[in-house]
Amino acid sequence: MGRVVLVTGASRHLGGTLARRLAELPDVDRVVGVDVVPPSHDLGLADFVRADIRNPVIGHVLSSSEIDTVVHMGVIATPRQAGGRTVMKEINVIGTMQLLAACQKSSTMRKLVVKSSTSVYGSGPRDPAMFSEGMDPRDAPRSGWAKDNVEVEGYVRGFSRRRPDVTVTTLRLANIVGPRLTTAMTDYFSLPVVPTVLGHDARLQFVHEDDSIDAIIRATVDDVPGTFNVSGDGVLMLSQAIRRAGRATLPIAAPFMPAVGGMMRRMGVADFSSEQVRYLTWGRVVDTARMRSTLGFEPEYSTLEAFDDFVAARGLNSMLPPERAAAIEATVVDLLGRGGERSA
Amino acid sequence: MPKARVIPIDSRKRLEEVPPADIAEGGPAWDERVASAVGFLRRRITGDYEVDEFGFDPELTDSVLMAPLRPLFHSWFRVEVRGLENVPADGGALVVANHSGTVALDALMTQLALLDEHPAHRHLRMLGADLVFRTPFVGEISRKAGHTLACNPDAERLLRRGELVGVWPEGFKGIGKPFSERYKLQRFGRGGFVAAALRTSSPIIPTAIVGAEETYPMLANASWVARVLGLPYFPLTPTFPWLGPLGMVPLPSKWIIEFGEPIRTDALDPAIADDPMTVFDLTDQVRETIQQSLYQLLVSRRSVFGD
Repeated sequence: MGRVVLVTGASRHLGGTLARRLAELPDVDRVVGVDVVPPSHDLGLADFVRADIRNPVIGHVLSSSEIDTVVHMGVIATPRQAGGRTVMKEINVIGTMQLLAACQKSSTMRKLVVKSSTSVYGSGPRDPAMFSEGMDPRDAPRSGWAKDNVEVEGYVRGFSRRRPDVTVTTLRLANIVGPRLTTAMTDYFSLPVVPTVLGHDARLQFVHEDDSIDAIIRATVDDVPGTFNVSGDGVLMLSQAIRRAGRATLPIAAPFMPAVGGMMRRMGVADFSSEQVRYLTWGRVVDTARMRSTLGFEPEYSTLEAFDDFVAARGLNSMLPPERAAAIEATVVDLLGRGGERSA
Repeated sequence: MPKARVIPIDSRKRLEEVPPADIAEGGPAWDERVASAVGFLRRRITGDYEVDEFGFDPELTDSVLMAPLRPLFHSWFRVEVRGLENVPADGGALVVANHSGTVALDALMTQLALLDEHPAHRHLRMLGADLVFRTPFVGEISRKAGHTLACNPDAERLLRRGELVGVWPEGFKGIGKPFSERYKLQRFGRGGFVAAALRTSSPIIPTAIVGAEETYPMLANASWVARVLGLPYFPLTPTFPWLGPLGMVPLPSKWIIEFGEPIRTDALDPAIADDPMTVFDLTDQVRETIQQSLYQLLVSRRSVFGD
C-alpha cells in the first residue's frame, strides 16, 4: 500500500507545487493539501481540504484520511501573506503546535517532514563562516520569521522525543529563488534602487525553487531522519547579486537602516524586517555536506545559477545584460588592438 | 585593414607569465594592460566573478586590495623575506607570527610576502578578531581579502581545505603594547590555533617579524579615548595624533619576515587536541621558537631604519 501524505500550506506556490508533484509519484496513494485559503492554482491529482491548522479540526483530517506522512510547509515567511505579524506568528507557532498535537495522537503517522530555514542560525559578526547543522547560533534570531522557525523546530524536536517511532526530517532551506516564487528577497532584488548597509557586504546563498521542491520530495520519499541544510553550491556577495540583477545600489549607514526599512514596509514596496536587515548586513552561509552525504541530495542549480534564473525570468537585468557587456568589452579591446597596431 | 589582434584577457596573469619580450620593454604592452583592465571592469560591473564561502574574492585581492601595499612593502619597509622554503607549496599549514605596530600592517605585509614572493603565490587566509568584522568597511574588505573570524570551526575548515592560514595569537595585546615592551611576546591566546593544527594534522610555521614594532612607536595609550570610541586602545605615538593625518604615516623601518622551520603535527594523534596539557605545551613551544628567532634577528640587525 502506498503512502497517504498531508501537505500543509498547500494554497501557496511551493506547497501547491509539492502537493501536485507528490500526487504524481507511483508509491504515493493520495495527497491531501491543507490551507486556510483555497488554492490559487491547480493541485493536479492532490485533494484539497480547507482547514486551519490552528484548529483541532486538523486532527480529524489526519485520522479520517489515515495520513501516514505529514509535510509541514505551512510556516509563513512575511506578515503581508498572513495579514499582519500577529496572525503570521499565530499561524506559524500555534498552527505548528496544533498540527504536531494532532500528529502525536495519530496512530497511522510514520513520518514528518518540516520545511524550516537557515534563518534559524541568525546573522551576526561573530558567526563562523559556515554553519553546519550541529552548530548553535551565535546571535540567535530575536524576532520575525526566523524566530518562528526556531520555535517551530523546538516543537518538532519535542514531538520527535515523544514519538520516537515517527521518522522526523527537518530541512533548513536557504533563501528560495526562482522564476515563479515571490518572497521578501525577490521583492528586494526587484526594487529599482536597492538599499544596502554602508560598509558591509553580506554573503548570500540561494536555493532554486525546483531544487527546494526536489529536496522536500527526497526527504518525504526516503526515510532519512535528521536536520539538513539545503542550499545551492557557492555564495554570492550582496553587491554582486545586485549587479547581476542590474539594479542600482543605495548604501545607507547602519543606524538609519531600521527607519528606511520601516518606511519601505509602510509604503508596501518591500518587507523589511529587522532580521532581514541583519541578514543583509552580515549574511550567512551554511555547510551542505550532510545534505549530500546523508540525504543524498544534489541540487541542480548553484547559488549563482538559481539567482540568474530568477533574474532572467523577471527580466530584471535589461539595462546591461552580460552578453551586451561582453560585446562592449570586445569592441573596446578590438579598437585598442587596432590602435596598438597602427602605432606600432 | 589589418585584422584585430586577439588579446587574451586574464587579470590574474602574473609578471612571471608575461612573455620575456614584454618584460624587456618594461611589462606588458599598454594596450594589453588596458584590455585586461577593461575585462576586469566588465566582470566587476556585471558581477561576473567568484567568491568562496568565506567571502574571499581572489581577483579583487590580487589586483586591487594588494596594490597599495606593494609600494609600502618594497620601497617603504624594504621587507626582506626569509625562509620561504619552510612554507609548503600546497596543502594546509598554519603560519603563526608575532603581532606588533599599533595597526596590523605586519599581518598584511606577511600576506603580501606569501602572495608575491612565494613561488606558489599562496594566499594567506588570516584569522581576525570579531572587532575587525564588526567594523564597517574594515570587515567588508577583510572578508574580501580572504580573512575570517578567529574561531576553531573556521580555522579547521580552511586547513582541511588545504589553505594556508595565518594567525596572530597575541591579538590586540600584541599590536597595542607600549613601545617599551617591543619584541616581548604577549600571552598566546588560549591555544585554539594549536588545537586546530592538531585536529587537521597541519604543520605550524613559527614566523618572526622584525621592523613592525618601530612603525608606530606607541608611547602611551589614551585609554579613556579608547573607551569612548569602543576601541581596544588608542595609541599616542611621537607623531599621532599630534600631526593629524600626517601622523598616520608609518616610520620607514627596515623589515625582516622570517618563516621558521615547520613544527609537524602529523605524527601526533588528532585526538590529543582535546588534551589541554599537550595544547599548552605546544603553544609554549611555538611561542618560545618565535621569541628566540626575534632575539636572533634583533642581534643581527645593524640599524632600525637603514638596510
